Amino acid sequence: MMMSLIHEQSKPGRRATSQAPLSKADLQGIPDRFLRRAPAALPEVSEMQVVRHYTRLSQKNFSIDTQFYPLGSCTMKYNPRGANELAMLPGILARHPEAPDSHSQGFMACLYELQEMLIELTGMRAVSLSPAAGAQGEFAGVAMIRAYHEARGDTERSEILVPDAAHGTNPASAIMCGYQVREIPTGSDGDVDVEALKQVLGPQTAGIMLTNPSTLGVFDRRIGEIAGLVHQAGGLLYYDGANLNAILGKVRPGDMGFDVIHINLHKTFSTPHGGGGPGSGPVGVSERLAPFLPVPMVARDGDAYHWLTEAERPQSIGRLSAFAGNAGVLLRAFVYARMLGREGMPRVAEYSTLNANYLLKRLQQIGFDAAYPERRATHEFIITLRRQAKELGVNTMDFAKRLLDYGFHAPTTYFPLLVPECLLIEPTETEDKATLDGFVAAMQAIQEEAETDPERVTGAPHTLPVKRLDDVRAARELDLAWGPGGE
Amino acid sequence: MPFIPHTEQEIREMLDTIGVNAIEDLFDEIPPGLRCGELERVPPALSEMEVGQLMGRRAREDGQPVCFIGAGAYDHHIPAAVWQLTTRGEFYSAYTPYQAEASQGTLQLVYEYQSMMTALTAMDVSNASLYDGASALAEAVLMAVRFNRKSKSRRVLIPRSVHPAYRRVVHNIVRNQGIELVELAYDPVGGHIDPALLEPYSGQDITALVIPQPNFFGVLEEVDALTDWAHANKALAIGVVNPLALSVLTPPGEWGEQGADICCGEGQPLGAPLSSGGPYFGFMCCRRALVRQMPGRIIGRTLDLDGKTGYSLTLQAREQHIRRSKATSNICTNQGLMVTAATIHMALLGSEGLARVAAACHANTAGLVARLSCIEGVEPLFDRPVFHERVFCLPVAANSLLRSLAAHNVLGGFDLARDYPELGSAILVCATEKRSDEEMNAFADKLERVIGMQAGAPCQLQPKDW
Repeated sequence: MMMSLIHEQSKPGRRATSQAPLSKADLQGIPDRFLRRAPAALPEVSEMQVVRHYTRLSQKNFSIDTQFYPLGSCTMKYNPRGANELAMLPGILARHPEAPDSHSQGFMACLYELQEMLIELTGMRAVSLSPAAGAQGEFAGVAMIRAYHEARGDTERSEILVPDAAHGTNPASAIMCGYQVREIPTGSDGDVDVEALKQVLGPQTAGIMLTNPSTLGVFDRRIGEIAGLVHQAGGLLYYDGANLNAILGKVRPGDMGFDVIHINLHKTFSTPHGGGGPGSGPVGVSERLAPFLPVPMVARDGDAYHWLTEAERPQSIGRLSAFAGNAGVLLRAFVYARMLGREGMPRVAEYSTLNANYLLKRLQQIGFDAAYPERRATHEFIITLRRQAKELGVNTMDFAKRLLDYGFHAPTTYFPLLVPECLLIEPTETEDKATLDGFVAAMQAIQEEAETDPERVTGAPHTLPVKRLDDVRAARELDLAWGPGGE
Repeated sequence: MPFIPHTEQEIREMLDTIGVNAIEDLFDEIPPGLRCGELERVPPALSEMEVGQLMGRRAREDGQPVCFIGAGAYDHHIPAAVWQLTTRGEFYSAYTPYQAEASQGTLQLVYEYQSMMTALTAMDVSNASLYDGASALAEAVLMAVRFNRKSKSRRVLIPRSVHPAYRRVVHNIVRNQGIELVELAYDPVGGHIDPALLEPYSGQDITALVIPQPNFFGVLEEVDALTDWAHANKALAIGVVNPLALSVLTPPGEWGEQGADICCGEGQPLGAPLSSGGPYFGFMCCRRALVRQMPGRIIGRTLDLDGKTGYSLTLQAREQHIRRSKATSNICTNQGLMVTAATIHMALLGSEGLARVAAACHANTAGLVARLSCIEGVEPLFDRPVFHERVFCLPVAANSLLRSLAAHNVLGGFDLARDYPELGSAILVCATEKRSDEEMNAFADKLERVIGMQAGAPCQLQPKDW
């Protein structure tokens, strides 16, 4: 079904809503030269048109609430409705960010307790909740590494090391902090190539950014040795928390030797991904980085909570957003953490790992190739369709698109870059066995189609609102906004 | 097990398939010495009902004071439909639309959002959002420096009339990239950037000028003259604007002869609840020529294989997941759900509705200004036109006065002492469309009494009347 834009449903002069004040007040005291000459071309539609339009649009989305969504390294697990409702209690929504401490004790208690839980879960010394997303957490982490070295007068360190399997945000964040990036290769077993690491460590090394388990879906077994080597060279270790779901309550980044970590609350703590955010990327640090944490943070003094800001924390890298980060996301994570409790935390790692290993084994049994068949899967794993691409002319993107026809969101495709024709699959702990079996059946059916009727797969999807889109045209003939004249 | 659906029998079958005895065996590649013990500082689980009771208690503990603080976050009415639609699972629990065919809902919605933002700002292009207004300004500064390659100085002028937290965030984000931020003084009488104050910089190599509208004090800047000055000096003009205000004020695309080059700001007034400062969203729009330096996601309209209209992420070669260390920004996840709310909010209100809200806020603040100005010693500061926010000088210390008001459940304004000590005891006050005449009268009343008490004047009414 083709759907018109909301703009195209507009009729000049339609006023059918009751959301705005019933009359227009005078803009007294504002001279004409400051005033808008013509009204903005926003749609003029009724409330019912709006409700119907956006309800219908929503139905064109795949989502966790409607489909299995095994997008690797994104941890698309069920987002509890209770967490949403409790973060949207009227009193919570009404709190102004500049409300005084006297009217903030309840809110600050939640944040303080979340800080404490994250400290315990990561094995770090202190946590700041303020970064607005994982990438901002990475920025904060690298900025703290820089501030630490500079505070010691150690100003010659110019490089951040990043494995070739890392998320693209890692190198991009390091560059934003003024560092050069050097890539470290991965060994054939999926672990960081320690010999190659030794070659590049030196007095110019500011730190290394690692994800463990890595985006290859394996736990780096030599992490202790890597931490020793990096520390020996005077560098610090940054932990990208994208894959924390795999080890929650089992192994703590602090115990592995990491100095700084960010946590994606929208992954491990099940806050919604929202069609692309908001996320939340709290950072945790070891003792020596604690003075540099971003503000604001919450402190407790007896029974009273108060903010720590630039004034109390002069060495802080400062604030990264105008207020206290994505507060409402923090509250959702807090509610989720309280519902899981102490005993629920390791279960996250256990059942996400069980699901991943089961799914991997089933896919192997029907003939798919694991990228690292000798390794245990963590909470996610990679299969490579190199063989299918070569022998059948059906590649990873074709499988991904055909999965949509079978009612499954595609796994992450073509990432990490070093495994050709790869699917990175993360089932999460909230999926049941029947769903995983259904996914296996779909993969098997697609494999058979690839062998007998490859056009069926290469031409997929067939059942969605649109077929494959012309991305080249999208980039060449940019059409980024509707114009009143029509474009 | 909360949120984990496995039965004992299924667990057994799954372990048998894998070929291990216990779930614990799946962790056998992790060196045993690294394993952690019990998580003592994580409390035991609560049921949904029990957490609900806890959260209800804490929400009540914070009261619901009558709020006259603005300072970058504004207490507006949000239509019921906005969050009822936004929290539909299909919006709420989807992710970045990497698989376009399975994400046409979010993609078309963001295209509509981009269309609404370009209409509101009169700019050519909008991205799909950044974290908040402050980080959007930091990204705008970085973008201006990347684009304006003819300027070698990497010097950016930021007036002190820009939100102080925004200035700090910009500093914190760009500090390691060799960019010089030069703070411009504001005119002490008008509270604005007098274009004459820019004269010392004329003819110099300036990369960009930041222009707030309205500025942090609520004061309206001479945006046309400032934009023209920037362009005459080969600098880019970056607007920092309140999107609600743009329903009535000249949009950045029409500032001066050529319009601003980039504009950004805090999207919160478009459907985001106050919620302690987040999640909100930063917006960013620019001239077409700058689009390839834009950070963040951008959605384009295109055709599918059958020639049917569809939407997809475009210009991805700017982004970190493709370009890695050469990306325009490290941003990945943005504030998609808040953009969903904003799009529905703007569709419901339309330009007439937004303009009515803006005018109602302005009129309410004007009414409050009139009431407060009658109080002895309370003086509105700055003699220039304002939009919906105003600075007042007080005859007593602002912090203790605000504390006293808060004790009576009124948040009387934002204390300017920390960021603008030169103003003495001063507060920034805003009355949105939600504040009633009764609330404003009560505020004026309480303010007068508190000042009377703190200034040592006799109090004529008994505290019980409060």
